Amino acid sequence: MKVTMTVNGKAMSAETEGRTLLSSFLRDGLGLTGTHVGCDTTQCGACVVHVDGKPVKSCTVLAQDVAGAEVRTIEGMANKDGSLSVIQQAFQDHHGLQCGFCTPGMVMSSAALLAENPTPTEAEVRAYLEGNICRCTGYHNIVKAVMAASGQGEQQLAAE
Amino acid sequence: MPKDGGIGASTKRREDIRFLTGKGRYTADINLRGQAFACFLRSDVAHGRINGIDTSAAAEMPGVLAILTGEDFKEVGGNPTGWLVQSRNGETMKEPKRPVLAHGKVRHVGDAYAMVIAETFEQAQDACDAITADIEELPAIVDMAAAVADASNRVHDEISDNIVFDWGWIEDNRAAVDAAFAAAPHVTTLELVNNRLSPNPMEPRASIGDFDPGTGDYKLYTTSQNPHLSRLLISAFVMGIPENKLTVIAPDVGGGFGSKIYHYGEEAAVLAASKLLNRPVKWVCDRSEAFMTDAHGRDHVTKIELATDMEGNFLALRTETLANVGAYLSNFATCTPTFLHGTLMAGPYKTPHVYVNVKAVFTNTVPVDAYRGAGRPEATYSIERVIDKAARELGLDPWELRAKNFLTTDQFPYTTPVGLVYDTGNYHATLDKLGEMIDRNGFEARVAESRARGKLRGFGLSTWIEACGIAPSNLVGVLGARVGLFDSATVRVNATGNISVLVGAHSHGQGHETVFAQVISDKLGVPASSIEIVHGDTSKIPFGMGTYGSRSLAVCGSAMVKAADKIIAKGKKIAAHMLEASEDDIVFEDGAFSVTGTDKQKTFGEIAFSAYVPHNYPLETLEPGLEETAFYDPSNFTYPAGAYGCEVEVDAETGRVEIVSFTCADDFGNVINPMIVEGQVHGGVAQGIGQALMESVRYNEDGQLLTGSYMDYAMPRADDLPNITVDHSCATPCTHNPLGVKGCGEAGAIGSPPAVVNAVLDALHRGGITHVTHIDMPLTPSRVWAAING
Ligand code: FES
Ligand code: FES
Repeated sequence: MKVTMTVNGKAMSAETEGRTLLSSFLRDGLGLTGTHVGCDTTQCGACVVHVDGKPVKSCTVLAQDVAGAEVRTIEGMANKDGSLSVIQQAFQDHHGLQCGFCTPGMVMSSAALLAENPTPTEAEVRAYLEGNICRCTGYHNIVKAVMAASGQGEQQLAAE
Repeated sequence: MPKDGGIGASTKRREDIRFLTGKGRYTADINLRGQAFACFLRSDVAHGRINGIDTSAAAEMPGVLAILTGEDFKEVGGNPTGWLVQSRNGETMKEPKRPVLAHGKVRHVGDAYAMVIAETFEQAQDACDAITADIEELPAIVDMAAAVADASNRVHDEISDNIVFDWGWIEDNRAAVDAAFAAAPHVTTLELVNNRLSPNPMEPRASIGDFDPGTGDYKLYTTSQNPHLSRLLISAFVMGIPENKLTVIAPDVGGGFGSKIYHYGEEAAVLAASKLLNRPVKWVCDRSEAFMTDAHGRDHVTKIELATDMEGNFLALRTETLANVGAYLSNFATCTPTFLHGTLMAGPYKTPHVYVNVKAVFTNTVPVDAYRGAGRPEATYSIERVIDKAARELGLDPWELRAKNFLTTDQFPYTTPVGLVYDTGNYHATLDKLGEMIDRNGFEARVAESRARGKLRGFGLSTWIEACGIAPSNLVGVLGARVGLFDSATVRVNATGNISVLVGAHSHGQGHETVFAQVISDKLGVPASSIEIVHGDTSKIPFGMGTYGSRSLAVCGSAMVKAADKIIAKGKKIAAHMLEASEDDIVFEDGAFSVTGTDKQKTFGEIAFSAYVPHNYPLETLEPGLEETAFYDPSNFTYPAGAYGCEVEVDAETGRVEIVSFTCADDFGNVINPMIVEGQVHGGVAQGIGQALMESVRYNEDGQLLTGSYMDYAMPRADDLPNITVDHSCATPCTHNPLGVKGCGEAGAIGSPPAVVNAVLDALHRGGITHVTHIDMPLTPSRVWAAING
């Protein structure tokens, strides 16, 4: 069955089976391979995208169930002119990524956090990112990046 | 102030742009026209005899293109071991064949014995389910002691028992060590387990085989830390494909930590299937498969003894270790528990006598091999735990006990009793630095404050050293290595003056594209933005050994420097000709060649242009072009070292441990990009804390893997970890490589586990719980609670 949804502002469609996951719809159907798959038990968060503004693990959603939805992926996170958005820039500035595999999910989750809670405490950042596993960074610099993206970077750095 | 983009600058990473915008290109992201999909059928028993495999029903399923079993790979070679280890009695280690697909027997849960290739992955998966196999279950060999004791039940029928080797290091030291123990005023003994871990890079393995029937060329896209090594193994040992007909491409790789060093059977299988079908064949591992196939790490059971006098001077050290290698010998399974472990048992100390015994044991479990640190975390953990226990037994301060036994700066170069030559270091400096960083004076007050809240606070110390910059080929050759361990780089100056550097190292998170460009920029005076680092494709890069063991900068970086030096030397010749001066009078500085004492000069760009448009050029004596390759074989290992401190709070009611702070004072020699070095330490410490508190691969007695997903294997998450304070200012540059660098990738994972465990024991003892002398990792609440109440 052909499924259509709005992905990063554009209507996009691909053929699906009943069992097709949103993650494979995006990756295999639409070629948007920025969304990663790091596990098979809904634990790692590498696959997080936004559906109608809410973060979801796209490996755990059937594509047909979100037909017609507004989906945003890592490919749609940069500014219109192609430059990095505030949160992406903060990840680069604070070395919040190493191998880059968890990064799309981390950025999407962090963006969702800041939309819900624009000035989180460090503990709130750590708690919110509990569903995103990073094996490379030890999270230290990811937390720093999110704090900086929230505009609290300076104080945070001064406090260290 | 370092120049932006040069050595010493925290240059932001250029690779981040693609990763942050979803434009990374990992193996699973690659789709080739006409590709088919592979799925592997894996054993669900730990040990069994394959009496028959019936693929007839599966072959009729929709979309199925081919089914291969162990029978189809009977004639090809086995996946070899890179290091030959001799037993104490002079016998050579046992080395049973590791086939591409299991044949005759399955030897661990997850051992693949059939492969289906179909039009879609789902069809391949469905067909796998339709294969019926008659596998007669045999008693599983899981416990190492039992595997050693009972030679009648063997993982490999064709060898006489389950012991790979019984290694003594150094056997000639043994008598002196035993004598020192016999005469020692005090002996501290500790039995401990270094828990088995799953490396878990976030990108699962994936491979695409692509055979071109037109040319007979094979291409393999794969998740590898060292594409040339994989190509060599596949060509020379497994498949017999001529090396010049096989290209291995490791594109963006999402972490490795050791687990992607090795060649795995799936890589050979997709190549064979692609040849058979004349189509690309793609396989992507899922996480459950990863847990039961990616090489695990650690898994040692050790008895360590430390002989001292009553003042705490170390007199001798002795260990006995059982090291699990799992069901097959993975590529570096034999050197990890031996030459990367036993040779480090002197630590940063002047212990005069050391002897190490390691028996490697086959079991019906996933193969075990190098995981971040590889042998050196095991050595550090044993040493630092026994020292802490000795301090307690002797009533000595753990800081002072370590400091009094450290090697001193006037002792370098120092030949250890276990065969290494430390070139330089300053262990007192990093220990003192750590002391400054952690507010030692305020500690007692913090303990009291915690106590007021009903919590036990403790501090744990660990000092560590490792041998990295792997490795001097002639030395490792004597020790049994079957490969050279040099690295290589080509510096290609293009006609327009920008530069491509083709390197043997591989980046899977380390930031080589940024850091290597900083090195070349500094060397050649060309802006980093004009320098491109090319890695990961054997058809482009010179033969190099890839990235592991904190070696990239020390070995491949040195090759880059050598190649850049050749560029400068040639540039001087060209400049001398153009400037009509003697070559000896040409100096190269800040990207320009000038005649000393004059204002006559040629820029780097002018020299490059002249090399490619050689109109005014000494063609009689010099070839055109400006491209140089260098191979660098290190003359010694490098020896980074450091001191780590961990402060914890333990809830004695629940056994829960909280890390309050973690502090690292490291000596990495010179540092090219501090931001990246610090990130490496953070990541290593996170893995070390994971090992100490959370992570553990478990099998039940039937050899069933109990920790096969993130539901059961506890990965450290953001809210499990503290901020990590790091310092690398106590630098003693490596004396034998041109950059003076030592390596930083593994440090955190090596130094941190004993600091955490020592901290927990300190907390318990300060809290009056003095009957607990050791708790095996991971220090989960239930283990800590049981120890307290035991
Ligand atoms: S891939 Fe979706 S949570 Fe792991
Ligand atoms: S950057 Fe590698 S997993 Fe997070």
